[in-house]
Amino acid sequence: MAEERKFGWGPRQDNVLIGKSIQRIDGFEKVSGRAKYTADMNTPGTLYAKLLTCTHAHARLKKLDVEPAKKIPGVRAVYVFPAGDLKPEGSGEIFWDGTLIAAVAADRPEIAEDGVKAIIAEYEVLEHIVDEEDLAAAEAAKATKAVGKNAKGKVEDALKTAKHVHKGYYGVNTISHMCLEPHGTHCEWKADEVLDVHASTQNVSGLAGQFAGPLGIDAAKVLVTANFEGGGFGSKFAADEWGIAAAKMAKETGKPVKLMLDRATELKAAGTRPSGYIDVTLGADETGKIIAWDSHHWGSGGISGGAIPVGGVPYVFDFENRNRSATQLNCNVGPTRAWRAPPHPQLCILTHCAIDDLAAKIGKDSYDVFLHNLEQTAGTAPHLPATYKAEMEIAAKLIGWKEKWHPHGKDAGKGAIKRGLGMALHTWGGGAGGCACNVKIHADGSVESFVGSQDIGTGTRTIIAITLAETFGLPLAGIKVNLGSNKYPASAASGGSITVGGVSGAHRRAAQTALWKIFDLVAEKYKVDAGTLAAKGGSIVSGEKKICTWKQAAMLLGPMGLETKGEGPAEDGLTSSRVGGVQMADVSVDSETGIVRVNKFVAVQDCGLILDELTAKSQIYGGVIMGIAYALSEERVMDKKTGRYINADLQNYKLPRIGDIGEIIVDIYQPDSEYNRGVIGLGEPPVISPGAAISNAVANALGVRVPVVPLTPQRVLAALSKKGGAA
Amino acid sequence: MKNFEFASPQTESEAVGLLQDHGGRTAVLAGGTDLVGLLQADLVAPERVVDVRQIQSMQGVRRDADGLWVGVLTTLDEVMASPLLKPYLSLVQVADAHHAIQIQSSGTLGGDLCHLPNCWYYRNGYGLLAMQDGESLVQTGDNRYHAILGNSGPAKFVNASRFAPALIAWGAKVRIIGPAPDQVEVVPLEYFYVSPKSANQGNTILKPGQLISHIWLPAVEPTHVSATYEVLQLEGLDWPLASASVTLDVEGGVVRAARVVLGHVAPTPWVSLEAASILRNQMVSEDLANAAGAAAVSKATPLSNNEYKVQIAKTAVKRAVLKAVGQLEGGL
Ligand SMILES: Cc1cc2nc3c(=O)[nH]c(=O)nc-3n(C[C@H](O)[C@H](O)[C@H](O)COP(=O)(O)OP(=O)(O)OC[C@H]3O[C@@H](n4cnc5c(N)ncnc54)[C@H](O)[C@@H]3O)c2cc1C
Ligand code: SF4
Repeated sequence: MAEERKFGWGPRQDNVLIGKSIQRIDGFEKVSGRAKYTADMNTPGTLYAKLLTCTHAHARLKKLDVEPAKKIPGVRAVYVFPAGDLKPEGSGEIFWDGTLIAAVAADRPEIAEDGVKAIIAEYEVLEHIVDEEDLAAAEAAKATKAVGKNAKGKVEDALKTAKHVHKGYYGVNTISHMCLEPHGTHCEWKADEVLDVHASTQNVSGLAGQFAGPLGIDAAKVLVTANFEGGGFGSKFAADEWGIAAAKMAKETGKPVKLMLDRATELKAAGTRPSGYIDVTLGADETGKIIAWDSHHWGSGGISGGAIPVGGVPYVFDFENRNRSATQLNCNVGPTRAWRAPPHPQLCILTHCAIDDLAAKIGKDSYDVFLHNLEQTAGTAPHLPATYKAEMEIAAKLIGWKEKWHPHGKDAGKGAIKRGLGMALHTWGGGAGGCACNVKIHADGSVESFVGSQDIGTGTRTIIAITLAETFGLPLAGIKVNLGSNKYPASAASGGSITVGGVSGAHRRAAQTALWKIFDLVAEKYKVDAGTLAAKGGSIVSGEKKICTWKQAAMLLGPMGLETKGEGPAEDGLTSSRVGGVQMADVSVDSETGIVRVNKFVAVQDCGLILDELTAKSQIYGGVIMGIAYALSEERVMDKKTGRYINADLQNYKLPRIGDIGEIIVDIYQPDSEYNRGVIGLGEPPVISPGAAISNAVANALGVRVPVVPLTPQRVLAALSKKGGAA
Repeated sequence: MKNFEFASPQTESEAVGLLQDHGGRTAVLAGGTDLVGLLQADLVAPERVVDVRQIQSMQGVRRDADGLWVGVLTTLDEVMASPLLKPYLSLVQVADAHHAIQIQSSGTLGGDLCHLPNCWYYRNGYGLLAMQDGESLVQTGDNRYHAILGNSGPAKFVNASRFAPALIAWGAKVRIIGPAPDQVEVVPLEYFYVSPKSANQGNTILKPGQLISHIWLPAVEPTHVSATYEVLQLEGLDWPLASASVTLDVEGGVVRAARVVLGHVAPTPWVSLEAASILRNQMVSEDLANAAGAAAVSKATPLSNNEYKVQIAKTAVKRAVLKAVGQLEGGL
């Protein structure tokens, strides 16, 4: 053994797979429909469950009679959720439209629906408050709570000495996660009281306990499987009350039960991203350096908290003098869950729209004002100012900022259509999550791995295969990746962009450990120095010389092959954290109809070492598309009159289609310095900036701020008429 | 969804017969793109569904002495492909603007004309008039997509049909059959729609047991031009915030006759005589089109949260006029 063996990635130029554009290894299964999602599970005898939900925003359940449902032929079980349980004195108060009351399991979905309809539920309707933006009304209704306040420096003095002061109001409405595959499980009790759960989850290794507790069984008796997942975005970490309901009804009936949320309930009950509104004053000195920030923000995450905390603004930047406070509105709206990069998209809008307007007030190009203030992002991470500067330059070139930019509202074009440019920037941690895995090299040289992680559509399987194949010098087809079961070594939930670092680090460690063992055996057998050995192209080589094939080397392991463990995270340089990212939007606004279209969107993103450039770019495209959705059309509409989530359907919950997206240009910022940082997660950062970048571009086009996102025709026209008519 | 009988007649009279049973609690199924959703949501709960798609006579487009007979089963795709319908540009533009392959291949003209309102109170089970305790939910609720014209009565939804404005601007009629076996009526489409005054009234003149079989269109003169301008937030599978269709008779650059019809602004398609009279005997210009738009919305009475639709409707009229004469530039 010549040199000390250390975990690490190989020299960048030697990589055969890492950093290349590789299609997902499960792509064919998915597009051909062979991939089985939870919603596809239909084992023999499966019962279908449907839900009764409350359609009032605030009410007291006076009576619940489920007996009529039980009498319907084909109905096998009725389950009453805690909200429907009238037992404890004083219970029965319902706080939001969509609250789950009861579930019915039946032989056929339509029989279950008949069962739901047969249930008698009587309510006393109570006063509700669902307007998340109207702070004064919420205060009058005593439905607010201060959630924090802090100060730094001397804001008042700074604002007095400031050359430029801007006061603004900004906001972003609540959205739902809108997972294509709704939340749900298929639960089946097997021999020995083992509960076999197929779940649409981001948390394979963490779910067993959540089922075991309420069911009164050992976690060891819960088998959790999630092979494919139709979207989670942060909303699928829990067993959830509907998961427990399915398990209990399966137990009661002795049959498998599948309970997937219907679309309306998916939108209402399974997670939302909380709203945020801000009153903010900024001050800048004569050079455009921001020296003061004074803000109060509010919003709602539902009746039991979850609003945007006080600490997040100003976003990415911090200023010498800064006051901030926050208030939570306790509205009768469904609860929040983590939504892709919580709550950065909102913070980015609340901060970077204000900076953009300040730049306009100073009379400067927003680009220059962002650039001039980059040093004030160093508090988030010392390397960020330099990264942002480099990324801004690239993004500006790609979108043609210098050629196309004009002062706000000064588009030279005649006609109703106005064009504009806007930008924003973001940051995210994305450090490696906890992960344990086993890598098994069979005596015939085939390779298998096992990890209790999940592929939530992000390409986890593929990057594990790439990591192992690169390490062993094998083709991708030589690797079998097993994940999505809690019987494999435990791995963290996929949230916070921690999965790629978690699994790639652990698998690299396991693979290098195995490889070194193999090198030692080869060295002994073929009388070469183990320190000179490398695995390449299906062989073990020493410099230019081929020593033996991979298969011959594997044979040296004996009939049992070799199994190694990998763990993480570790401070060994394989993974790191903290990225930046800059995005720019080029939009057209029809000033007579208020319609906004994105012409071009540029996303420049750093993320350390890229394992698969194709899946990395896909994450960015997906993030930008989701961003354009919440920037322009997507929002939860709470009807003040009925207190209901009135657009909880796929028609009025407006999601863009590809034709609404425009051209997206993705550029991954990956100089060697980034490669050398190791792997960093990427799932979340690209979804953060679109709201602010697009809002800024619209402001640039029109010369007036449309304060609240999404920028619907209604809001655009309202802003224009306030300004005094079409631009 | 409630269980129902399913019938698939081959002829119009069979269909009429099948619609009479169960006290008229029957429903016509065409492409089914909306009806199936309504059935699933129990918003329509018939005892029998009569699938009319096998009826040959209700398909295709035929010419007669002074116009066209268009079977109501004509799909949106067929509207785009039909050589006979090609001169009716404003119609073809609507079919194209759906931008939804599934809807275009199975949705029919008849289904579009009889499409129940998309009002979210109606679709959430509050009834067509959305009345609760004698009070209109729309009046003080979220009415961002509701009517800005003709909304002083109890109905405040907007008519859902996307083709009706263009058809009415062309002077189309509908052929209604039933409820008696050989009963036939041909009615100007303009008079087909009603703004219901009470909860048990529908939004068309169709009585239980009736259906529409054909649309009649007058022949196109060489001097006729037409256009539809729909303001859509999304590029496809979306309902217009407002739309306008115009048919103009232009001779030597001067408008001799004009029909201007707005969609999605009132409980019925909205014929604007004001806009038409602005256009008559004038040369079309941007200013004239603008004035027509302003005239069309001059009597608008927006609700608490839909003032913006006035501006949108006005723009739709202006742009439809300019589009008809090939003068429209820009627009998103
Ligand atoms: C998910 C989805 C989204 C959609 N979104 C949009 C959208 O955003 N914009 C849009 O413009 N369209 C949309 N549509 C399309 C809409 O359904 C179409 O307008 C279509 O043309 C309806 O035609 P159909 O033949 O499918 O109607 P059906 O669903 O068969 O019928 C519609 C209604 O008309 C009645 N009916 C049908 N034929 C007759 C007849 N001959 N006589 C009397 N009554 C009749 C039916 O009983 C029913 O009440 C959507 C459809 C779906 C499924
Ligand atoms: S999304 Fe498209 S392909 Fe999928 S079910 Fe709907 S219509 Fe069919």
